[in-house]
Amino acid sequence: MADVDKKMLTQFLLRMGDNTLILGHRVSEWCGHAPVLEEDIALANTALDLIGQTQFWLGYAAEIMGDSKTADDVAFLRDVWDFRNLLLLELPNGDFGQTLMRQFLFDSYQSILLPRLMKSSDQHIAEIAEKSSKEVAYHVERSAETVVGLGDGTEESHARMQAALDRLWPYVGEMFSSDEVDAAMAAAGIAPDPATLREEYDALIGKVLAEATLSIPDSDFTHKGGRNGATHTEHLGHLLTQMQWLQRAYPGATW
Amino acid sequence: MSKEWPLWEIFIRGQHGLSHRHVGSLHAPNAEMAIKNARDVYTRRNEGVSIWVVEANNISASSPSEKGPLYEPSESKIYRHPTFFDIPDEVGHM
Amino acid sequence: MYAQMIKSEASTEDPKQLKEFQAKIDDNIKVEPRDWMPEGYRKTLIRQIGQHAHSEIVGQLPEGNWITRAPTLERKMILLAKVQDEAGHGLYLYAAAETLGVSRDDLTEQLLSGKMKYSSIFNYPTLNWADIGAVGWLVDGAAIMNQVPLQRTSYGPYSRAMIRICKEESFHQRQGYDIMMKMAQGTETQKKMAQDALNRLWYPSLMMFGPSDAESVHSTQNMAWKIKMNTNDELRQKFVDQTVPQAQYLGLTIPDENLTWNEEKGGYDYSDPDWSEFFDVLKGNGPCNVDRLEARNKAWDDGAWVRDGLMAHAEKKRAAKTAAE
Repeated sequence: MADVDKKMLTQFLLRMGDNTLILGHRVSEWCGHAPVLEEDIALANTALDLIGQTQFWLGYAAEIMGDSKTADDVAFLRDVWDFRNLLLLELPNGDFGQTLMRQFLFDSYQSILLPRLMKSSDQHIAEIAEKSSKEVAYHVERSAETVVGLGDGTEESHARMQAALDRLWPYVGEMFSSDEVDAAMAAAGIAPDPATLREEYDALIGKVLAEATLSIPDSDFTHKGGRNGATHTEHLGHLLTQMQWLQRAYPGATW
Repeated sequence: MSKEWPLWEIFIRGQHGLSHRHVGSLHAPNAEMAIKNARDVYTRRNEGVSIWVVEANNISASSPSEKGPLYEPSESKIYRHPTFFDIPDEVGHM
Repeated sequence: MYAQMIKSEASTEDPKQLKEFQAKIDDNIKVEPRDWMPEGYRKTLIRQIGQHAHSEIVGQLPEGNWITRAPTLERKMILLAKVQDEAGHGLYLYAAAETLGVSRDDLTEQLLSGKMKYSSIFNYPTLNWADIGAVGWLVDGAAIMNQVPLQRTSYGPYSRAMIRICKEESFHQRQGYDIMMKMAQGTETQKKMAQDALNRLWYPSLMMFGPSDAESVHSTQNMAWKIKMNTNDELRQKFVDQTVPQAQYLGLTIPDENLTWNEEKGGYDYSDPDWSEFFDVLKGNGPCNVDRLEARNKAWDDGAWVRDGLMAHAEKKRAAKTAAE
């Protein structure tokens, strides 16, 4: 492991793991309710990949936290203020278009971040990134194709996709808002400063959204408070209430 | 009711070196999505290394009533099968 | 079990052709989509395969009810994978039905309007986490009992779908029993949950095989056609005999005071479920009928713009490509 403040490293791992946990949870809400069987099955695959990735990220975080904690303890026994996921990912699903737009915006980010993490000075992180990046390469291909298909589909599907992009756009900037944790990770060669990913990200989504005949809003305004835990949305608490119910109601039970 | 996505027949190569085999069908708006859907539907358990998709209405099939003329003639050509020839055991494997 | 209320129809077809068809089935030669088949055979199959497919799709809902509340990351993934499998099985079965000349959209519309049925078991709620175990153990257990023989059914595409389904399904019942073991060996409350789940799901599981069909003419025809492979009573007895020792192993009590081993028949004597309840649920009066159909209708209606949008895009691309050529 690289020489770095353990608390900082834990924060970084929680950001990675909470992102996949919370998005995986949101996507899993679609199971049994998607517009067509093929999409139902595909969304479940995405959710499965994300929760699988969560086990690695939070498992590593738990290992550093010590006290023989497990990934489950980290997922099920923290409160809202401990969560470090992007606000974008805790927002309710909205319609299928909004869900897929969010998926695309996040997949694009991951598809740029993970290849860099594969070169992390922390071997364990590099391994998790390597495994996840294969899954994410497929996710972004699929979500991009769906965004294009719906954006450049019917009048209604176009309008819904534009509305989804408008709704979610103010949450995109948070992905790139660096702080002292990112600085420490960059200094230790563990992870890139996310601000340095923006240009590549804009190029990627710009291309896909243009093909989808969608316009990126001009506003640069960004909601923040997820990845540092300072101000989550009201939605996260409700999500955790469901997700953590059994663990909270019956402490110490084995499932 | 709006228009249903076309039906695609899915063929998967299970392992390197084997032929693609028909595994089932699914619906998709176009070939690209059909391949992706096939990946999600038919390779959930690690079943494939390559996928072919063919729109079902592009498949031409022999008619069941022609079964006789098409296949029976080959039944009499038993000399095409290796077991037709008696080779003495002493000759070894052939 | 999905075939619980299937009826076949009287035939007006050429007796010679019918005789040849039956001979083929008796010889275990599979019937394939383009082969001649009696209209009754086709209709019965469409209904049976369609109902089976609908059952898989509606069956996603009671288990999906716990995906967001699964107690560990691993349980969440297992459950999600399992419910996803149900969607896959529905898809395979719809595809098999489509070879008989009906579209998936047609079948879907008939499900959504209530014209076609699905297995009544899915009109019961999943109320505590042990229900997820009990559904896998009992409901999938009962389903497998019906599906394994159906791998040998006479209609090729149906048989192939069942083979694939059985292969995939083998983990479902085991994961259910695995949850039951954890619950039965767990805290007092967990044991209580396990017993509660068994109490509520036992009789509905017995109902899955359908009422006694000893006297049914339709059943005889369907068995001759190898669309139905065993009688409902045979399968139910087999299920009880298999399940009782499994419950004993868990230390749970099957909610039937009359349950006794009958040495003579080499099986258990057991109480019949309340068939009036069965018919009530079938008529739409089960605890969850309305919820289930509402959920499926909502998914279908809300998804219309997505299906149309992606189709419209594909058509645009196709037109552009043709124009360029």
